Amino acid sequence: MTEMNIVQAVNNALHLEMESDEEVMVLGEDVGVNEGVFRVTEGLLDKFGEDRVRDTPLAESGIVGVSIGLALYGLKPVAEIQFMGFMWPALDQLSSHASRYRNRSRGQYHVPMVLRAPYGGGVKALEHHSESFESVLAHIPGLKVVIPSTPKDAKGLLISSIRDPDPVVFLEPKKLYRAFKQDVPEDTFTEELGKARVVQEGEDITLVGWGAMVPKMVKAADHVSDEGITAEVIDLRTIYPYDEETVHGSIRKTGRLLVVQEAPRTLGFGSEVVARAVKKELLSLKSPPLRATGFDVPFPLYKMEDWAMPDVDRIVKKIRKAIEW
Amino acid sequence: MGVGTYEPEGPEFIQILDKDGELVGDEPDIHEDTLKEMYWWMFYARKADEKALKLQRQGRMGTFAPIEGQEAAQIGASMAIGDKDWFVPAFRELGSYLQRGIGLEKNYQYFMGDVRGNEIPEGVNNLPIAVPVSTQVPHAVGLAWGIKIKGDEGAVLTVFGDGATSEGDFHEGLNFGGTLGVPVVFFCQNNQWAISVPLEKQTGAETIAQKANAYGFPGIYVDGNDVLAVYQATKSALDRAREGKGPTLIEALTYRLSMHTTADDPTRYRTQEELDSWKDKDPLKRFRKYLEDKGIWTEGWQEELEKKAQKKIDEAVQAAENIEEHSVEEMFEHMFNEMPKDLKEQMEYLKRSLEEKEIEEEEVEIKGGFP
Repeated sequence: MTEMNIVQAVNNALHLEMESDEEVMVLGEDVGVNEGVFRVTEGLLDKFGEDRVRDTPLAESGIVGVSIGLALYGLKPVAEIQFMGFMWPALDQLSSHASRYRNRSRGQYHVPMVLRAPYGGGVKALEHHSESFESVLAHIPGLKVVIPSTPKDAKGLLISSIRDPDPVVFLEPKKLYRAFKQDVPEDTFTEELGKARVVQEGEDITLVGWGAMVPKMVKAADHVSDEGITAEVIDLRTIYPYDEETVHGSIRKTGRLLVVQEAPRTLGFGSEVVARAVKKELLSLKSPPLRATGFDVPFPLYKMEDWAMPDVDRIVKKIRKAIEW
Repeated sequence: MGVGTYEPEGPEFIQILDKDGELVGDEPDIHEDTLKEMYWWMFYARKADEKALKLQRQGRMGTFAPIEGQEAAQIGASMAIGDKDWFVPAFRELGSYLQRGIGLEKNYQYFMGDVRGNEIPEGVNNLPIAVPVSTQVPHAVGLAWGIKIKGDEGAVLTVFGDGATSEGDFHEGLNFGGTLGVPVVFFCQNNQWAISVPLEKQTGAETIAQKANAYGFPGIYVDGNDVLAVYQATKSALDRAREGKGPTLIEALTYRLSMHTTADDPTRYRTQEELDSWKDKDPLKRFRKYLEDKGIWTEGWQEELEKKAQKKIDEAVQAAENIEEHSVEEMFEHMFNEMPKDLKEQMEYLKRSLEEKEIEEEEVEIKGGFP
């Protein structure tokens, strides 16, 4: 075991996968000489050379489009978009092609690529550096969307994503990049995609979230425990495929649901979680499923950013609301 | 010429002042007052830029994109803009912004995380900052098309960096410009580094200016550290645009002496030797020498400018730091002409939750920078 933060864990996964599989390669803006603007690709260029670690032109659609071609040819590109807010030009390639080659070719071709991007707010960044539109990606049929919230999960899930034969968008919550360290096994290991993690068990309400909302949910659960409320906290880890089984199993136990997302409210992934719970667990629910979310506005410049995301206070209030309903 | 021997010819490099301020091209006929004004804006921009870096280092400003080294490219270009013309910026524009009449306090305010810093003064034809690289280029073409459709006077100048020329929006914008024949000037501040990626990894072409050939309009390759050459090139391109002769691409070869943003450490990817060689080509130094030779620049005048700049900077910091706090409304306003009911409810919810707040958020410490 070695103590790692999320940046180190992602970096470690890239090193291990590139060592064990020479078809794995890394490309993106500033990923080589500069070792990534967050230093996630540290040491890769030195160890694996420019054929496998490539600084690309500044062109998101090109980065993803070229990666699709590499993947079709049998390589395993791990491409980076520097910030999720700059991913939009690449959405055409993701939705028109990366997600469809398998289906369009009736299984003849497939796209084993990973697209990594830091996402989310809370780091006092400039405009377009704090977005979280994971639900847009999950809405594209044919993409897997993975979001770790801990160093251990970041490593295990990234290795699984690289080995997955289909395109995976791997979103890294930059608020948590260096926020804390955790013991992580040094050797290669995988975490199954599509499996949520029960962070802590509870009896009275199920809290569902992902990314930087996970530690906030845990803190909120701590607060309400003084009031005799025990909350079960679930980190989805993969948005799509969605682990309905784990979430619904918990709802059947607690009878209450609160989804926490930092993305804008309307049609965030929380909407999907709630819709499924209502359809399948209506009779288990003791109160209407609730959401604590961002607002339907562009993520603001940093003077207003604390307002933009759900905080522990808002989560606690929503928990009480569900209990008191 | 056979395909096998195809050698694209780069455009001629235009320079009026060499790095030491000696005249190497035809001296333009520019009024002394205009020359003085050029020097003032370049000098003021550099001082304002230095102060922004200090404020950021002191934790009084967020991430900031410095312009040091690009003063001639910015002031030379923006001074050529006419009253009815439009300016369509990217995000590293402090020099042009000041010259365009957007107060320093607004610039500081924006980088202090306050969106109200984006407000453009009445009567200034200027779009707000565009952060996603190259996305503003087609907007400039649309504005220029509007000018043409309405038969108005004026032209559009849009600016972007070398990295922007790799984006689809750059190519699509230039291609639209070429096909429509609209009054737009595409101005590339080629500072040779897109964060850590050097120009040779950005394009296989010898120059950016030569890309204009493929879109069917002229490309001009100019010394971006020579304010006279930049001014003349931009002026002629804007004149040409206003005369209905269509777009021009200008590549101003300059150098980012500072970091990409305050979150970046350029020593990771470029050498001190390279940096020193470009410090030697400093745009301010050479222009000062030229003005001194003409008897325009004196030490007394310089002292005056320093005092004036210092006063304006102090006032701007004061104003930016003491601005009224945001109201909750400001986060929800300006989404639509009329606020939908749903958004009003979200706003009321946030107001209520702030009023009734019991638990203070514990800050997660973020170590290390981000761009």
